[in-house]
Amino acid sequence: MSIREKQEAITEEFAMFDDWMDKYNYLIELGKELEPLDPRYKTKKYLISGCQSQVWLIARLEDGKMVLQGDSDAVITKGIVGLFIRVYSGETPHDVYADDASFLDHIGIREHLSPTRSNGLVSMLKQIKLYALAFKTRQQKKE
Amino acid sequence: MNKGINNIRNRFPILDQQVNNRPLVYLDNAATTQKPDTVIRAVSRYYETTNSNVHRGVHTLSQNATQAFENSRKAIQHYINAAHGHEIIFTRGTTESINLVAFSFGERYVNAGDEILITGMEHHSNIVPWQMLAERKSAILKVLPVTPAGELRMDKLDSLITNKTRILAVTHVSNALGTINPVREIIQKAHARDVPVLIDGAQAMPHLKVDVQDLDADFYCFSAHKMYGPTGIGALYGKEKYLEEMPPWQGGGEMIQEVSFQKTTYNQLPYKFEAGTPHMGGVAGLEAAISFLASQEEPLFQQTERELLQYATRRLEAIPGLVIYGRAQNKSPVISFLIKDIHPFDAGTILNQLGIAVRTGHHCTQPLMKTLGIPGTLRASFAIYNTKEEIDQLAAGIEQAKKMLL
Ligand SMILES: Cc1ncc(COP(=O)(O)O)c(C=O)c1O
Repeated sequence: MSIREKQEAITEEFAMFDDWMDKYNYLIELGKELEPLDPRYKTKKYLISGCQSQVWLIARLEDGKMVLQGDSDAVITKGIVGLFIRVYSGETPHDVYADDASFLDHIGIREHLSPTRSNGLVSMLKQIKLYALAFKTRQQKKE
Repeated sequence: MNKGINNIRNRFPILDQQVNNRPLVYLDNAATTQKPDTVIRAVSRYYETTNSNVHRGVHTLSQNATQAFENSRKAIQHYINAAHGHEIIFTRGTTESINLVAFSFGERYVNAGDEILITGMEHHSNIVPWQMLAERKSAILKVLPVTPAGELRMDKLDSLITNKTRILAVTHVSNALGTINPVREIIQKAHARDVPVLIDGAQAMPHLKVDVQDLDADFYCFSAHKMYGPTGIGALYGKEKYLEEMPPWQGGGEMIQEVSFQKTTYNQLPYKFEAGTPHMGGVAGLEAAISFLASQEEPLFQQTERELLQYATRRLEAIPGLVIYGRAQNKSPVISFLIKDIHPFDAGTILNQLGIAVRTGHHCTQPLMKTLGIPGTLRASFAIYNTKEEIDQLAAGIEQAKKMLL
């Protein structure tokens, strides 16, 4: 599934809920299901600044594809981390870097998040792009 | 609902709105209170009828503006019972008032090796300016510790005041926990050792009747926006004997007597500390806020807030897994709490969906949170217009958040 298809699938899933509570329950569920990050990665190095809850994101490159892992101490935030991982893990740095994360606007959670949370969202996305850029640059050097 | 409170509520137009399709329940009053009709009108009336630059023109509007400006200063003077009008300096708020003193008092009285005493429950704005001063002057910052219940360790006060202590800065009421500190006693003890005291009154002014002469405070700082007034304006009260001795901290118009390129002489108090065109609209609003507070029946006002605090404490305590932080004997209407196994941001997010505005986080008191061993709390803080029904909604909202998050 391409990044776009995954985003469309998520948008459809969220469209099924017509009230905010179901949306949040779904995010909470995603957060609870997300595999916790190995505590040794829960360090300052992987902590994303700009979030009011703590968020850690790590990335590695496997066979030319990005593999993302992440965690948060707040479960709703963790659900959002889960969405990012679902969309971008397994994709090439090139595709990740080029994507505009438009699904965030379509699932209608951005408007429900406080500005601080919304900033956190922006910070997470920025970190993923930074990872993608670093991998991309490394790949281009090798070529 | 108490009839008096219902009437008061009607005077706050902002409260009558929906947030996320629910009636707004505003419980973030320690961050900023909402404004009554009279304050909103005073600000707009100032711009509709009086606006002109103060102290600068012979023309009638300017004279009216100057008069209004100085009337507001007098209203503050009387409200807090300062000895002189010129002991009231208009500032942007508590933060600027503290910075003014830290800079200007620091320039005059603090030298290398001297000590500045603060407490473990201060807001960042009553910590950082003193740290900056300590750094600038190679002085030492000392901290009076806090008990687990959130009260000052008064037993440690005497030993922390030394003959090197140049100033003691303490909050009257804790914004994070609601603790009302025994500032009168603190001031007495400091004065016995010739140490002047700055009181951060940001959280006290909306709830307590403050008399700076009775307290014998040397400096008292507050923000209009936390006491039903507009944002961007506040005041510093300072005893004449210190303000006279302290050098100006910002240079510009209004604060001078005579300027030449060789030497500038400074204006008298209070203008020495009021460089530039002041926030005149805000000053008009602040006067209206003072009138609003002064027009409240003191015992009824305090009793209403005390009842809100007691009722909220009882309702929240009954929720399994909820822990209240800040169990001081003497508290203003603030409840800081955590719910077992729930991150405060998650709970705050759900409450927001229910139209309930609370604050989450460290409340600009990171050192205090560290002492309590927590990253932050949820904080519900009440004002005179809040109701028991709103507290019921908060309790129901917390139950709902628990159901969703656990
Ligand atoms: C105890 C205390 N001190 C100082 C401040 C700073 O006030 P302001 O931001 O209005 O300058 C606050 C406001 O949050 C406060 O609660």
